[in-house]
Amino acid sequence: MSKALKKIGAQWLFLIAVILLYIILGLWDLETTVAALKGFLVLLKKILPVLGIVFALIFLSNLVLNPKIVNRYLGRGAKKSGWPVAIIAGILSMGPIYLWYPLLGELKTKGMRDALIAVFLYNRAVKIPLVPVMIYYFGLKIVVILTVLMILFSIANGLLVEKLIRKGEAKQKPET
Amino acid sequence: MESSRWKRAAKGLLNNIKMSVPILVGVLLLVGALNTFVPKEFFARIFTGNKALDPLIGALFGSIAAGNPLTSYIIGGELLNSGISLIAVLAFVVSWVTVGTVQIPAESLMLGRCFALLRNGISCLMAIAIALLTVLIAGIFA
Repeated sequence: MSKALKKIGAQWLFLIAVILLYIILGLWDLETTVAALKGFLVLLKKILPVLGIVFALIFLSNLVLNPKIVNRYLGRGAKKSGWPVAIIAGILSMGPIYLWYPLLGELKTKGMRDALIAVFLYNRAVKIPLVPVMIYYFGLKIVVILTVLMILFSIANGLLVEKLIRKGEAKQKPET
Repeated sequence: MESSRWKRAAKGLLNNIKMSVPILVGVLLLVGALNTFVPKEFFARIFTGNKALDPLIGALFGSIAAGNPLTSYIIGGELLNSGISLIAVLAFVVSWVTVGTVQIPAESLMLGRCFALLRNGISCLMAIAIALLTVLIAGIFA
């Protein structure tokens, strides 16, 4: 049984589980489930252009980057230069956060630090085009303080995530 | 030599597509369901008016919510107008944009389970700290 599940792959099992959830929701409330499906299609249409860009970047990274280069700029060898790269790339990146998981996964296999991945993902929350809306609701002072704090906390977030992962790995090593 | 590099890059991309497309479709379906089954008015009803408890509630429900950050700002603005504390509203908005409970399965599959759980858990706690500090610093510059 577990061998068969492994053969299917975790990604397909996840999709099957979500489809099963939709079937259950459909049996419970068909009208709202159809509306949810329509919402899904709207989202899908919206993300397709960005997804195209992400896949193009993955192809480019496969072509140009190798573990040595990634390690030098985004890995352990990057020292301090990796932080501003991850922060700026996170702020400038478009589309929903999950679109960037495949590219980050690819860079991780090539040696990108967990801390920098976390920093990139955290800074995706800093949305420059939406700043006017934020100012309208919360005021300029709050938005400036909030944005600066979020960028600073992103570094703390990255360091903490990486430290705890390493701690967990160190604990597991003697057992294996 | 050059053509084999292109072939390798294309093969890597194909493998990535095979892995990520089912996950992305699953996440989009989950976000669609959450946005439809949980009405926006729901968020106004979750706050208690308790100044200590509301930031925690804000961070927790902001983490569960999914969707465009713009929606979180609009809901946050409405919550402020209805008398919810600024700390609670900021905790709600920050966790909305930094934590993705719905996306944890996808993040786990592509970046590691430990990474996904730690990153989202720490981000949720940080949302409260950021909200508190923002209001504190704003108070100093008042």
